[in-house]
Amino acid sequence: MEKQLKSAKPMRRRPWAAGLVVFLGLILSGGGYAAATNVVVSEFGSPEQVEEGRKLFLANCASCHGTNGEGAIGGPSLIGVGAASVDFQVGTGRMPGQGSGPQLYKKPVQFTEEQISAMAAYVASLAPGPAIPDEEYLRGDGDPSHGGELFRINCAMCHNAVGAGGALTEGKFAPGLAGVTPKHTYEAMVTGPQNMPVFNDANLTPEDKKDIITYLMYIEENDSVGGFELGSIGPVAEGLFTWIFGLGFIIAITVWLGAKSN
Amino acid sequence: MTNTTENKPAASDAKPGFVGGAANYLDERLSVAGVLKGFGRKVFPDHWSFMLGEVALYSFVILVLSGTFLTFFYQPSMAHVYYDGSYAPLKGAHMSIAYASSLDISFDIRGGLLMRQVHHWAALLFVAAAGLHMLRVFFTGAFRKPRELNWVVGFLLFVMGMAAGFTGYSLPDDLLSGNGLRIIDGMIKGIPLIGPAVSSGFFGGEFPGTEVVARLYSLHIMIVPALIIVLIGVHLMMVVIHKHTHYSGPGRTDDNVVGYPLAPVYVAKAGGFFFLVFGVIAAISATFTINPIWNYGPYDPSPVSAGTQPDWYIGWLDGALRLAPSGWDISVFGYVIPMGVMVPLVVSLVFLALVAAYPFIENWVTKDKREHHVLDRPRNNPTRTAIGAAGVTFYGVLWAGASTDLIATNFQMSLNQVLVAMQILLIIGPVIAYWVTKRACLSLQRKDREMVLHGRETGRIVRLPHGEFIEVHEPVDEYELWKLVDYKNYEPILARPDANGKISLGNRLRSAVSRLYFEDRIAPVSKAEYELAHADHAPEPVAAKPKKKAIKA
Amino acid sequence: MSEIEKSYSPGLAKDIEKPIKDPGIEPHRVRMTDKSEKHARTAEKQIAAMFGLSVVGAIIAVWGFFAFPIIDGDLSATRNNALWMGLGMALSMLGIGFGAVHWAKTLMPDNEVSEMRHQARSSDETRAQAIEIVKLADGESGFTRRKLIRRTMYGAIAFFPIPAIVIFGDLGPVVGDTLRQTMWKAGTRLAKDPTGIPIKASEVTIGSVFHVIPEGLSELEHHLLEEKAKAAVLLVRVNPSDLNEDPAKADWSYQGIVAYSKICTHVGCPVALYEQHTHHLLCPCHQSTFDLANHCEVVFGPASRPLPQLPIAVDAEGYLIAQSDFLDPVGPSFWDMRK
Repeated sequence: MEKQLKSAKPMRRRPWAAGLVVFLGLILSGGGYAAATNVVVSEFGSPEQVEEGRKLFLANCASCHGTNGEGAIGGPSLIGVGAASVDFQVGTGRMPGQGSGPQLYKKPVQFTEEQISAMAAYVASLAPGPAIPDEEYLRGDGDPSHGGELFRINCAMCHNAVGAGGALTEGKFAPGLAGVTPKHTYEAMVTGPQNMPVFNDANLTPEDKKDIITYLMYIEENDSVGGFELGSIGPVAEGLFTWIFGLGFIIAITVWLGAKSN
Repeated sequence: MTNTTENKPAASDAKPGFVGGAANYLDERLSVAGVLKGFGRKVFPDHWSFMLGEVALYSFVILVLSGTFLTFFYQPSMAHVYYDGSYAPLKGAHMSIAYASSLDISFDIRGGLLMRQVHHWAALLFVAAAGLHMLRVFFTGAFRKPRELNWVVGFLLFVMGMAAGFTGYSLPDDLLSGNGLRIIDGMIKGIPLIGPAVSSGFFGGEFPGTEVVARLYSLHIMIVPALIIVLIGVHLMMVVIHKHTHYSGPGRTDDNVVGYPLAPVYVAKAGGFFFLVFGVIAAISATFTINPIWNYGPYDPSPVSAGTQPDWYIGWLDGALRLAPSGWDISVFGYVIPMGVMVPLVVSLVFLALVAAYPFIENWVTKDKREHHVLDRPRNNPTRTAIGAAGVTFYGVLWAGASTDLIATNFQMSLNQVLVAMQILLIIGPVIAYWVTKRACLSLQRKDREMVLHGRETGRIVRLPHGEFIEVHEPVDEYELWKLVDYKNYEPILARPDANGKISLGNRLRSAVSRLYFEDRIAPVSKAEYELAHADHAPEPVAAKPKKKAIKA
Repeated sequence: MSEIEKSYSPGLAKDIEKPIKDPGIEPHRVRMTDKSEKHARTAEKQIAAMFGLSVVGAIIAVWGFFAFPIIDGDLSATRNNALWMGLGMALSMLGIGFGAVHWAKTLMPDNEVSEMRHQARSSDETRAQAIEIVKLADGESGFTRRKLIRRTMYGAIAFFPIPAIVIFGDLGPVVGDTLRQTMWKAGTRLAKDPTGIPIKASEVTIGSVFHVIPEGLSELEHHLLEEKAKAAVLLVRVNPSDLNEDPAKADWSYQGIVAYSKICTHVGCPVALYEQHTHHLLCPCHQSTFDLANHCEVVFGPASRPLPQLPIAVDAEGYLIAQSDFLDPVGPSFWDMRK
């Protein structure tokens, strides 16, 4: 009798078997699908990448920038803005643009590096424009002294002498530069996003831009020798600090000094 | 001649100790014993608000000490060099020797950066403490007779402090302070008739020239400090002659000064306070960056940094320039008066003149010729306090006006809207501040009056046998009571015709201003009122101070 | 009313009889350190500890000086030097300060005492004596009596300070035409700041801003900054259809490229912020805003004059050149600028 029951056992399924089958099925089908559709970009501007970019563009950008990037009510023409513009705008989260207001803000980045490259390749294919900069200009091995001089002449009036940011008219602003990657810094200079002027390579040569990036990296990597920087916005912060903390602390001392001891 | 050995006092037979010997030596030449006798037990009243002037004084001493260190290393020359110090982002940069020496102090001289930061933080604190001290003096009426002249001396000290600060921070010849000098040059050039000539005289020719930093240096280390030291001397001498004022309170009258003797209490407290102020400044200077000239770069007329503001005490002048209305030049027979410059200049000067003249204005209104040594509580002179609040608001809006661009970026607002809002606030702000402050003072006076007549509300509710609920009031003790009733009562004056039956304009004006000052008033409680209020219960206030603990429980 | 107050007119003050008499200085409140020897000794130890900490602070400050020699390129040495010397000094100062004040508060008597004041006004006898002295001096010198001496003396005193003022006449040269002239002349090439490299029209693309100095300025041996302070220029290219030009100055631009003085007409800061899309130039000092597409008219802020325009053209090699100096004075308005 027991032998009969035993021989029946191999036919009985384990309770977790169903789950395992489903799991394996999902893995196999999903993985197979991913493998079939994964576009490995070996070269920037390859037709596959441009097509990938075009699809992303149509889904995310065309409603404002037109189906062929020619511009529409919500956004200007992207013809000729180059890969650098896309890499900057989308790479810093400014694009896709949201909300109305005097200026776009940095937001969390919505696309992966590959997707951004694809969109950049597509826009670059529309017409020649500024390209994504070469690695050699982004290493920060330029001359920070020359970079500082150029920064003060061309950039400090909007971004502040150490890139702390500054005001423009009507609610616009030049953002602070802390945390901005060398690549995005270069791209901003060469494309002139929003109201920032364009610093083409005749105005600031690639070497000049490398030096400016080196200067900014030096400022960011080195703490001030004087101590805490109070935001690097100058005498206003220093004055506020004096009144609130300097005088405040000293007045606390005077109250203690004048009070009768127990 | 008598035999001097017989007249020698017995004490000098024994050999004197070092201190005794030194004291004897000095007294035989300088009469120091008399000084010690006169000053040693001089009484000073004890209140924290009386120490603000000391903060300014000690900050000044610290400025002189740290400044002396800096003079050994700083070079006020505008000749140009290529930087060869240890700060990498400026290596090889073309700059003035003044800037290069300031960089050397910051990076290549041990203790240099610390002394620079001590010097600059102390400068900010000096003017801030002086300003707060002035406000204390104003709101307590300490400028009344006999101290009107001391108010003027103090006012001059405040202005000298601003001058010392401005000349000082322009010495490193960096981009930020250099643009400040450019602005000053622009303002000078705009002055009618003499503007361009004065500009040329100040800068030794065209801006920026090669002279101005050395001239500012001479002003900063010699002329202005000399004036400040003389003015401080006069200021303190008057405090000695007049003795310090004191707040009203039991035992404090216009005839005496109540407090502690100079030696040993004030020697310890005020002397110790110097070290405390120095210590706070040192601690801040060790840990917080101030005026990072290496970030701004050397002065050049072409670059400029966003967020270009002067040090805080010049801020109100910069704000005045920003808030001036647009596009406003006046042409007089083909000569140009730039109103965008002249209006801020004139408004600032008028404001300063009013501040300096205030004690004399009050004198003219009240014609109170008595000496005043007991201070007013601000609430007991509502109009003066309200005028002060309006003045502070006016100054404060101008001050805030200097940072419109920073307000715009930090609070994500439009620069233009911030500016227009401040222009409006400049006009209506003081009016609102005046009205609100005056009403607040009068209300506080009413509250005090209630306390005198009916005592302090204890929060204990009692139900009387016939059903009425009352809150138990506790009468204030006599010490507290004295403080609440001891203030001056002024009444407005009617304009009266003189012998010829005419009322002069001066009289009319004085009558109107006196009404502004004193028409709305809460007079101190009189004896008759007090007795009436207390007629139905315990006639005298509690003689001894009730135990505070019972109330707080 | 106090003695001091009695002798003067009170003006508008009306004194009211107070409800009670002045109760006199409050009785002294006894401190723990007055009552208890143990507490007094604890206070003593605390004070001594503070003074001791002060000594430690001074030693730290001295150590801070020697422990961080300056190393070229190493900012942390500078930082540490400032930090430790500063903290050491702070501790040494605060130690003395807190110690001294604590000593006064806990151990020195805190009985309030009263000192009488004296009216500032001298007594009548003193005044009479002072007047006598003045009269005597006057009589003996003949000051009032001898009009000739007195009047000529006033004259001499009025005149003697005048040389002291005049001697400062060489503080600066006579202004002359310097405020109306800059380094720009017909044919001067526009060059990049600070290198002095001349700029070709083709390099100035739409949306660009170049910071410009006259060619040759960067090689000046003397007066470099003085010339730059008047000659600094902003070079911008806008779409020609956006440019709204004064017909009289239509040939001052080149295919949408315009050049304007960079020196603000308010008080002279560099008007360096260029907003590419709005074509506005913003001065960071007091926020004067100029509309570049509308001959730099003032659209906001305290400036009263538009920025002067530099008439430009292109030379045979394609470089941008000035046609002449500015026709309006550069920088802040001044009294005789239209003369």
